[in-house]
Amino acid sequence: MPVRFDLMIDHLTIVAVATAFSVVIGIALGVAAYWFKYLERIILGFSDTVQTIPSLALLSLLMIVFGLGNKTLIIGLVLYALLPIVRNTFTGISGLAPHLREAAKGMGMSKIQVLVKVELPLAFPLIFSGIKIAVVTSLGIAVMGVLIGAGGLGYPIYRGIQTRNSALILSGAVPVVLLALIFDYGMSKIEYMLTKRAKNKNEKERTTCETNLSA
Amino acid sequence: MIQFENVCKRYGKATVIDDLSLTVEEGQFVVLIGPSGCGKTTTLKMINRLIEPDKGRIFVNGSDITRVNAVALRRTIGYVIQQIGLFPNMTVGQNISVVPKLLRYTNAQCDEITRSLLQLVDMDYDVYAHKYPSELSGGQQQRIGVLRALAASPPIVLMDEPFGALDPITREALQEEIKKIQRKLKKTIIFVTHDMDEALRLADTIVFMNGGRVVQIASPEEMLRNPKEDIIKNFMGKRISKVDYNSLLAADIMRASVLKVHKTKLTLECVDLMNRRQVNTLLVVDDDERFLGIVTIDDIKKHGRAGKEIGDLVSTETSVIGAGDSAKEAFERLVDSRSGYVVVKHPNDTVAGLITKTSMVKAMAEAMWGEQE
Ligand SMILES: Nc1ncnc2c1ncn2[C@@H]1O[C@H](COP(=O)(O)OP(=O)(O)OP(=O)(O)O)[C@@H](O)[C@H]1O
Ligand SMILES: [Mg+2]
Repeated sequence: MPVRFDLMIDHLTIVAVATAFSVVIGIALGVAAYWFKYLERIILGFSDTVQTIPSLALLSLLMIVFGLGNKTLIIGLVLYALLPIVRNTFTGISGLAPHLREAAKGMGMSKIQVLVKVELPLAFPLIFSGIKIAVVTSLGIAVMGVLIGAGGLGYPIYRGIQTRNSALILSGAVPVVLLALIFDYGMSKIEYMLTKRAKNKNEKERTTCETNLSA
Repeated sequence: MIQFENVCKRYGKATVIDDLSLTVEEGQFVVLIGPSGCGKTTTLKMINRLIEPDKGRIFVNGSDITRVNAVALRRTIGYVIQQIGLFPNMTVGQNISVVPKLLRYTNAQCDEITRSLLQLVDMDYDVYAHKYPSELSGGQQQRIGVLRALAASPPIVLMDEPFGALDPITREALQEEIKKIQRKLKKTIIFVTHDMDEALRLADTIVFMNGGRVVQIASPEEMLRNPKEDIIKNFMGKRISKVDYNSLLAADIMRASVLKVHKTKLTLECVDLMNRRQVNTLLVVDDDERFLGIVTIDDIKKHGRAGKEIGDLVSTETSVIGAGDSAKEAFERLVDSRSGYVVVKHPNDTVAGLITKTSMVKAMAEAMWGEQE
């Protein structure tokens, strides 16, 4: 069973590019949904709907518009990855304790400054967990790319199925599964650390004995 | 200077602030007090435009605040919210530097500010500047909340029940500190509380509000003397009736539970008793419980031998006062006595109690501020 590092790198690159786009677009949409009440339903509804379309159907629809190739696959992946990122960004920001927002505003931060200095940093652990979901799903869906002429680990799997060559199938399937597991594991670890740190930092009721009285 | 001119605020049909007019002079410590929901927070937040009034005008240093950019205005007014609101994603230093950073101070300047402010509350820069808020005690967090509001040297500071959630000891320490800071840095402070003790302790001027209206504006002294309405009297509680402390008697301020021993008790027993009860003096009495004198641990050490009766060591050079004498008299004796206490006797010479410096201070505090819990 030949190990196709070139295909793995191909696969990862496609997912990375797609994730980069979906993070930027997803956070922007999440913020927009939070800032503009009237956009909330539209944005959250849109990303919900996209997710319900079967991936094969979505990719073939996109192919009709954008033609064959990696570009179309990346667009499809971005659309798929939006939901968890948009949702988590929106939930993370709106879930911020109101008094922190008020403190920020009361000290003279503009809306953008409140977002960048307070809201996004505090929502980050949740946003990150959205990104993790996006990455792991994308690793799987990218396999379908072969059907619309894109590269990656879908190719050996598809060829293997056509030629009933199980070694070939495995040379694609095993790396896909491994990559998904590795990313899921690694990112879950980071996510856990982020949330734990945030929890510690957010913990307000401290019973530490007051030893620093200057009275 | 801050002026409210006929300010009104409504939420739906409810009038929350009703024709409020108020002037706060520069450098004053003004305390807003009143029952819950009377509009204290609303009043405060109208000053930094977190809430806009429906009617009337507010001036800060002579200019109508609606003509100033709200964000710029807020950077010149310090703000401490009740829930402290330190940003958990920032260190102590970063929290303190928030407004200076917004005003584009350099990192070196921010550092300098953090250093000098931490010093103001006796917190060591090297220890605390890089900690996160969650690593601080409640009182320390509260201090940082106050420092953060002071960082860019705003001439005006708004504080909304900043010490509400603290234990009494920390609270008092912080009250002391904030008063010190205000005097030192000459700030105009508007401070919200619903604790009359706090108001009396801190305020130059107390503004008593009820139902969105000002009931009385007066100095603490004046408010104690002439509370305008019953609701203020209720807030004052016992303080008012206690003002007449000239008629207090020695018996009113003494500690009744004292350690008495019979004159035939032996020295070692007495030493043991003193150790267990953590005292250094015993009152010695005879068969009829009459006061004979006192014995200190030093007396025993110097002259005592094991097995000797305690009655032989009694010193009679003690300040003594009758239970019916005035507290003022007791106070004078206490000041004159070298021992730091005065023994209170009943007319029949039995021991009534003991007045120590602690019981005296407590009595005076009660007379001034009412019963302490
Ligand atoms: N956003 C709002 N919508 C409707 N009513 C409000 C709003 N904010 C405050 N109120 C009402 O306005 C009144 C005054 O509120 P405010 O917060 O100023 O009271 P407070 O004096 O600070 O009380 P507390 O001591 O409990 O903090 C209250 O009756 C409150 O219910
Ligand atoms: Mg309030």
